[in-house]
Amino acid sequence: MSQFQLYLAILASGLCAAALGLTLLSGAEPTLLLHGFLVLGALSLLRLWLHPGLWLDSALAVLGAVAVLASFQLYPGPPAFLWLALVATWLWSWVFVERLSDLTAPSLGQNGGLGLLIPLTFGLAILVTWEAITRGAGVPQVILPPPSQIGSRIAASLPTLWTDFQQTFLKAVLAGYAIGCGVGFLVAILIDRSPFLKSGLLPLGSFVSALPIVGVAPIMVMWFGFDWQSKAAVVVIMTFFPMLVNTIAGLNAASAIERDLMRTYAASYWQTLLKLRLPAAAPFIFNALKICSTLALIGAIVAEFFGSPVAGMGFRISAEIGRMNVDMVWAEIAMAALAGSVFYGVVALVERGITFWHPSMRRA
Amino acid sequence: MGRLQQALPVLAVLLMLVLAWYGAAIAMNAAWQNDVNRRAGIETVPATDFVLATWNQEKPVLPTPHQVLGELWNSTALVAPNKPRSLLFHAWVTFSATGLGFVMGSLLGIGLAIAIVHSEATSRSLMPWIVASQTIPILALAPLIVVIGFNIFTGSLGLPTDPARLLSKAIISAYLSFFPVTVGMVKGLRSPEAIQLDLMRTYHASRAQTFWKLRWPAAVPFLFASLKVGVAASLVGAIVGELPTGAVAGLGARLLAGSYYSQTVQIWAALVAASILAALLILIVGWVEALVARRMGVRAP
Repeated sequence: MSQFQLYLAILASGLCAAALGLTLLSGAEPTLLLHGFLVLGALSLLRLWLHPGLWLDSALAVLGAVAVLASFQLYPGPPAFLWLALVATWLWSWVFVERLSDLTAPSLGQNGGLGLLIPLTFGLAILVTWEAITRGAGVPQVILPPPSQIGSRIAASLPTLWTDFQQTFLKAVLAGYAIGCGVGFLVAILIDRSPFLKSGLLPLGSFVSALPIVGVAPIMVMWFGFDWQSKAAVVVIMTFFPMLVNTIAGLNAASAIERDLMRTYAASYWQTLLKLRLPAAAPFIFNALKICSTLALIGAIVAEFFGSPVAGMGFRISAEIGRMNVDMVWAEIAMAALAGSVFYGVVALVERGITFWHPSMRRA
Repeated sequence: MGRLQQALPVLAVLLMLVLAWYGAAIAMNAAWQNDVNRRAGIETVPATDFVLATWNQEKPVLPTPHQVLGELWNSTALVAPNKPRSLLFHAWVTFSATGLGFVMGSLLGIGLAIAIVHSEATSRSLMPWIVASQTIPILALAPLIVVIGFNIFTGSLGLPTDPARLLSKAIISAYLSFFPVTVGMVKGLRSPEAIQLDLMRTYHASRAQTFWKLRWPAAVPFLFASLKVGVAASLVGAIVGELPTGAVAGLGARLLAGSYYSQTVQIWAALVAASILAALLILIVGWVEALVARRMGVRAP
């Protein structure tokens, strides 16, 4: 253990000991679980002489999380020792993450499972703290509902969430994404044959990429009506330019020497395109596809703020926030986050399968 | 001569776009014009009159460039800039939220990047979440942040409404702009090569010295590249932040009001104003970049 980790661990033990002292002083009766956690935590000061493995720290963190969460249910106005226990739990998860990252640092690829534990621990620690603070400090539900309430809301309103998902994702996002990226790709290939058009459109394309394109949403709603077609149109416009710019850049990625080789083979334009330039452009195209996957979801959701039928993620968010049903808003956001991450992940997986030869895919 | 040769294709493409725009305006506004003419009992209209009429409707489906520019001119030059009818007023409201959020987001991004570069555990616990936070449609959070943030700021913190509204919009801008800055800065702060870091070690430089004399200067070009992306994202955040509040000021509110009352010319003018604002913001960042580069002794390429 490094000095820093040792200090963290000692601090956590000290907090447990202090919390234990507080319970004795105030004569409070903590639950058996919490009592056990505090005693064990204080006892872990023995690490100065013994050398426990990092799994002990993780066990302490898990025990602390369970004990603290269970105890917050019992006390309406949580006493100080409970907050100390929460901080100690957080510290132990920190120590665990520090030690685990020391252990797995040199070989990133080999211990994928263990490496995943690090961000997972961080996420869980955030969730536990969120739950404890919202319940313990009595944060009003309209400001920030605890995760457990959001979870039960998701479970309770699955049909609504599914309708919204269908309306926004399956119709607007997918249609718009396919059309926008497809047209961007085709236009890039057409333009690529004319250097004049290319040098005229490229600066414009990169300029348009920096503009707040979501602003066209009210115009599209006016042109294509309230239903998903107008949202798909916004998505088309948002995804077109990144795709165009990236594909054109990618088509220039094949080096002169490779093109010369194709010429010595007497390859036709289409043969060069299909066998050399498009494969060389694939990393750029997938980069655009990944960027567009997030843009598409954003475009569809924001466009729904300008008016939509009574379904859709953006519609639900703006409607429920008006009624102060914040847990439903969070449920919808969790849904959107899941959809976005899975969408991105699928594109990334396809990329890994197709551009496996590219240096950025190599494992260190 | 080189400049002209670069500008010529762009100008040609722009000209084609404008021509296509006018053509599309005839096609898209024709239906309404036919309606008007039929109701007025006019049977035959000269083609030139018909075309001119489609180009100058009150609430066209597609306004023409000269209508949009006219509206821009009317609402900037002919109105005092402190009146709510002035686009400059709305642009200023959006700009202030963008600027504040951009500064907050950039500072947060730089701070996160420094923490990530200096601690392996921070890097490995935070980085996946930072990346994941970008695959989710962050703007979906906008109404939540605006409404809840506004309530917290005015309620328990006792701020007056205007700063509260500004601050809650700025939070969205900051959230959108921190990611490019973090990613760019992590890349930049890690860009010094091992041999350079070794040299610092042979000098017995402290961590702070290595940071200020090697890592930070090496990261500056990366910083400005990502600041340009970040400032564009901030503007989008500020505009979207003006949609759900029932805000009366700002370019986003102008867009929303235009869509409620079918004021197409107003929507397009607000859009063009937003685009000009985006271009200006990127120009400003580029200008600061040039200034910093000169101060740091980088020769102009």
